[in-house]
Amino acid sequence: MLEITDLKVQAAGNEILHGLNLSVKAGEVHAIMGPNGSGKSTLARALSGHPEYQVTAGAVRYLGEDLLAMAPEDRARAGVFMAFQYPVEIAGVNNSYFLKAALNALRKHRGEPELDAMEFMTLVREKAKLLELDASMLNRPVNEGFSGGEKKRNEIFHMAVLEPKLAILDETDSGLDIDALKIVAHGVNALRSPDRAIIVVTHYQRLLNYIVPDFVHVLSDGRIVKSGGKELALELEDKGYGWLEGEPTGAKA
Amino acid sequence: MTTAQKTIEDLANREYKYGFFTDVEADTVAPGLDEDVIRLISAKKEEPEWLLEWRLKAYRAWLGMTEPTWHNVHYPPIDYQAISYYSAPKKKPVLNSLDEVDPEVRSTFAKLGIPLEEQKLLAGVAVDAVFDSVSVATTFRVKLASLGIIFCSFSEAVREHPDLVREYLGSVVPYSDNFFAALNAAVFSDGSFAYIPKGVRCPMELSTYFRINAMNTGQFERTLIVAAEGASVSYLEGCTAPMRDENQLHAAVVELVAMDDATIKYSTIQNWYPGDKDGKGGIYNFVTKRGKCQGRNSKITWTQVETGSAITWKYPSCLLIGDNSVGEFYSVATTNGRQQADTGTKMIHIGRNTKSTIVSKGISAGHGQNTYRGLVRVGKKAQGARNYSQCDSLLIGDKCGAHTFPYLDIKNTSAKVEHEASTSKIGEDQIFYCRQRGLSTEDAVNLIVSGFCKEVFRELPMEFAVEAQKLLSVSLEGSVG
Ligand SMILES: Nc1ncnc2c1ncn2[C@@H]1O[C@H](COP(=O)(O)OP(=O)(O)OP(=O)(O)O)[C@@H](O)[C@H]1O
Ligand SMILES: [Mg+2]
Repeated sequence: MLEITDLKVQAAGNEILHGLNLSVKAGEVHAIMGPNGSGKSTLARALSGHPEYQVTAGAVRYLGEDLLAMAPEDRARAGVFMAFQYPVEIAGVNNSYFLKAALNALRKHRGEPELDAMEFMTLVREKAKLLELDASMLNRPVNEGFSGGEKKRNEIFHMAVLEPKLAILDETDSGLDIDALKIVAHGVNALRSPDRAIIVVTHYQRLLNYIVPDFVHVLSDGRIVKSGGKELALELEDKGYGWLEGEPTGAKA
Repeated sequence: MTTAQKTIEDLANREYKYGFFTDVEADTVAPGLDEDVIRLISAKKEEPEWLLEWRLKAYRAWLGMTEPTWHNVHYPPIDYQAISYYSAPKKKPVLNSLDEVDPEVRSTFAKLGIPLEEQKLLAGVAVDAVFDSVSVATTFRVKLASLGIIFCSFSEAVREHPDLVREYLGSVVPYSDNFFAALNAAVFSDGSFAYIPKGVRCPMELSTYFRINAMNTGQFERTLIVAAEGASVSYLEGCTAPMRDENQLHAAVVELVAMDDATIKYSTIQNWYPGDKDGKGGIYNFVTKRGKCQGRNSKITWTQVETGSAITWKYPSCLLIGDNSVGEFYSVATTNGRQQADTGTKMIHIGRNTKSTIVSKGISAGHGQNTYRGLVRVGKKAQGARNYSQCDSLLIGDKCGAHTFPYLDIKNTSAKVEHEASTSKIGEDQIFYCRQRGLSTEDAVNLIVSGFCKEVFRELPMEFAVEAQKLLSVSLEGSVG
């Protein structure tokens, strides 16, 4: 589904990813871990097309297409979703109104009819229930005044409504309390399916108890320095990242 | 009334879509201004002597005045002798029957989407349409008349209700008020008049559409609305003009009077031609609007969405004379391309426990310059006066500007005045967030802008809120690249 080869990315003139390789197949869940500043969010942003991040070398194929040639909205319409590490506030724009516009943009792209207000509300209520989202958050402005944890939960709520094919969750667990973590993990698991792939960026093994990954990768200084199964996360929890420095690069899943 | 598809169609239409010109035979007075021209205008309109006298007094006052320069807008000097002060479609409009309106004029209004023909009217909107200088049709008159409501062109009001006009004309904006108001008083050619009698709630929106069509003409209309004790009315004006390379002057005056317990809601959607992207052509919109809350518990609300004009200079204001009276000002002003706007309000607290609210949203894009200028004055006797002001500016791009000049003049220590201001830029991050969810950049900007303007849009009557939102998206097209 996703094939990243030798990806180099820079921002503000500095190279952050120095040749990254990763292969993700439909149905898989990959966890990416790694120290602060190693480039995890940069990878997520580059995959979703953030204009501040320039790809200087390498290729990314998504469902057989050149992902890097697509505008951010076209990537989204083709099924790529990123849950932001820092979700953005949009004053005055009702959360469910925003989601309806987004969902209808995706549906239009797929040649499906737009949902009317009734159909949309039915869908939204169902998904809000899945994430135990307070009804008031549907009618408040997008992320405005949401607590840190509410913002993260709202991102997964967006994901549940938009039903992407490839979801990249950037530290969705940071800021969630224990109960919220379980609810969000439940929401993510509900979306697991043979034709979907999920990449979770996290610092904590705890999340991976609930969203059990097929593969775990360690990103350090702009490269994947180690890959393994879910037990790698436990090992990292135990030993930290120090022992990995100087590991060979280019690990393949 | 409007479908999503229509919006997209409008979005795709990058030109000023009201820029057509209608070819009707017009009766136009040669350019230039002196007492004879004023006598001519007055004679053409078969006006009573007192009105001619009033015009001449205004003209003489105007001669002694100088054009204001304190505002934050820039334009080459206007040659007042090069403007024609009267232009009317030649076939004399017959007001009793819509069918007799010149078909060309009617098709113009049809293009503008104005429901002139009663059978096609949106439920509950009565329209007075002003084409160049003359009011061509007023719909729904019979129904309104049965309630004692007078809604007609200004000229007609002068003929049919001279006592009312004489009583209130200039009672809120005297002819000597300012340079442009004096000019208007001297040469105004038509406009709208509404009188809502005691205790009557006007059951429909009253609406005027202004259209400048002829070349080298100025449009100087006057609107006068009086709500008697306990009456209420909601009034909407809209405006468009053809695309021309020359600048055209629009200097209107609006006067509102609200008696005890009366309410007037005045909403404007201003979409005069803004000029091309290099700043060539466009309307100079120099307008004086003022409402007088004369009675106790009266209330006047100004809501404006200003997307057009090369230059906008207007400060819809409230004189809060009656005890407990309320003045409100909700404004969205956008400047894109080379547009300039210097707009705001004056809230003059005179009576006790008077309240005012100011919500101003300025949006600047391209090379647009947007200035908010507002005055809150609390007089000595205005015990318990309250004001809340909020001025927010939104910048799109880095070549535009936003400026805020709030003036306070507080003479009563019991007054409570609050002011909040903010300036924000549409962030790359906000746009990216929307795009990541599948929205185009253009839709993202529209969404963010409409969120920014929400507090103002919700003050507009429903259909017009939709219209305003569409206009805004058209006027900001291409502002983020
Ligand atoms: N837009 C940018 N401009 C300049 N430098 C950037 C930009 N984005 C990221 N960087 C730098 O690139 C490096 C990697 O940042 P990134 O946000 O990808 O790290 P991360 O692995 O997600 O870290 P964390 O675990 O703290 O979230 C950091 O040194 C950061 O300062
Ligand atoms: Mg990060």
